[in-house]
Amino acid sequence: MNLRTIEKSTWVYLAIAFLLFVVPFLVTGRSIQFLIIQIFVFGIFAMSYDLLLGYTGIISFGHVMFFGVGAYSTAVLFDRFEPTIFTFGLAILVSAIIAGVVSFIVGILTLRLKSHFYAMLTLALAGLFLVGAEKWRKVTGGSDGFTFGLPDMLRDSFTLYMLSALSLVLLFFGLRRMTKSPFGKVLVAIRENESRTESLGYQVLHYKVIVSVVSGVVASYSGVLYILSLRFVDTSVFATDLTIDVLLMTIIGGVGTLIGPIIGASLIEFAHHWLSDLSDVHWLFERWIILYGTIFILIVVFFPKGIVGTLADRYIRWRARRTE
Amino acid sequence: MSDFLELRHMKANIEQYHILHDITFRVPKGEVTVLLGRNGAGKTTTLRSIMGLNPVVGGSLTFKGESIRNLKPHQIANKGIGYVPEDQGIFYDLTVGENMRVAMKKENGETKARMEWILDLFPDLKKFWNKPGGQLSGGQKQMLAISRAYVNDNELLLIDEPSKGLAPIVVEKVMESIHQMKEQTTIVLVEQNFMMASGIGDRFYIIDDGQTVQSGQMNELKQDGVLLQKYLGIS
Repeated sequence: MNLRTIEKSTWVYLAIAFLLFVVPFLVTGRSIQFLIIQIFVFGIFAMSYDLLLGYTGIISFGHVMFFGVGAYSTAVLFDRFEPTIFTFGLAILVSAIIAGVVSFIVGILTLRLKSHFYAMLTLALAGLFLVGAEKWRKVTGGSDGFTFGLPDMLRDSFTLYMLSALSLVLLFFGLRRMTKSPFGKVLVAIRENESRTESLGYQVLHYKVIVSVVSGVVASYSGVLYILSLRFVDTSVFATDLTIDVLLMTIIGGVGTLIGPIIGASLIEFAHHWLSDLSDVHWLFERWIILYGTIFILIVVFFPKGIVGTLADRYIRWRARRTE
Repeated sequence: MSDFLELRHMKANIEQYHILHDITFRVPKGEVTVLLGRNGAGKTTTLRSIMGLNPVVGGSLTFKGESIRNLKPHQIANKGIGYVPEDQGIFYDLTVGENMRVAMKKENGETKARMEWILDLFPDLKKFWNKPGGQLSGGQKQMLAISRAYVNDNELLLIDEPSKGLAPIVVEKVMESIHQMKEQTTIVLVEQNFMMASGIGDRFYIIDDGQTVQSGQMNELKQDGVLLQKYLGIS
């Protein structure tokens, strides 16, 4: 029964993935393609946050630092070296190493303590990265930022779309496999009852540090993709607003679901795009953030576990009633 | 029989409060040792301290002759001690099957055989295998909690108030399962229901105000009306 359910859902996800690869042949407008690329990028970023919040119950207020590390590593390397595919590979590697090391150190220092220590330290470190990027003008260009060149292949929006879509799909299936594995089940157990998990014989700190490193590395990769689409970097990639955005994406979509944060990212990116575009229609839309807030409140009221979480919950209850 | 678990003058805290003053008892291998006492006497704290969940600040704590006093909960669990907490500690978002598999750290012939045995004992768990733990009834949760501790080849089980809040018919079922487990493992049982505990236990220790005040064979306690009245309020 369970196996069949997993297979069914995998087929559904594969079908959606196939559709994602077909979209650029149907939608050729650059702005809409750019919007979808942003959704893919923030979908990856939100999935990385979901690993922490949704699966392990770790709250981070500075997740954006990993995103920023990915963005700056890529921008600086393309700026300093010949913009080639090799440099791109190097950027992914360097950002993954920096994000991995930072998340490992932060994890080791704080994850043995109560969760708010991790939240506070990540918030402080993200602030430190932001100030560092502003002050280290020689490398980062400070708050003015800088533009950089890309290899010819990555200049094409179609290629960038396909790269982002492929990254989203591969990371989604990879992380899904991880969360469905025994390792993932231990993460959920930690989220629900840490001391109980430990008294079952699991060294909880190891699991939390591993998930923190995986999450940091995935977030840094989303930063790499983000900056490819902009070809410009400034200190806004370290802004706390991005952490708040990704938190909202995860909560609206449904924590602990992986697909939920992607849906949350889609809704928020579309809301950003469409609601602000509607300012010509009515003055109210100039204050689109009010509507955005209203939508958020409605979703929290009617979908307390997020869209996917609440729907999945209802489905499980319905199925349980049928089997009784 | 050799002493499997031994506590000598153990002292333990909950945060800054000194809760256990002097706990001393010995658990022989293959027996069921019952900890008795009024509410708040320190029985649950004793089990939590053995598991490393509360800091032990004095005395000694040995398992199979080796000190486990300064070990972390996962190290103690990996030495072969299973714990069924008072609140059952079910993972609500995991299904019954996932709860069992998280508890079963290694999957081999022995643990699979144990799983089969426990599912035969509690057919409800097999029936609701794919149901989230949070949707089980109180009795089913207790069955799952006991099963999780038993499915690993633990040599010692610490079971805290398994009958708490359950209907009499479910209590009977749970106690019957503990009775069967007794054949295969050593058990320390905390139980308020003296009638149930006396049917299972081989020996007893009474804890009062954070210290062990009486001990002996369970058969002797059943006959000792004065002791039952004094410490357990049973006349």
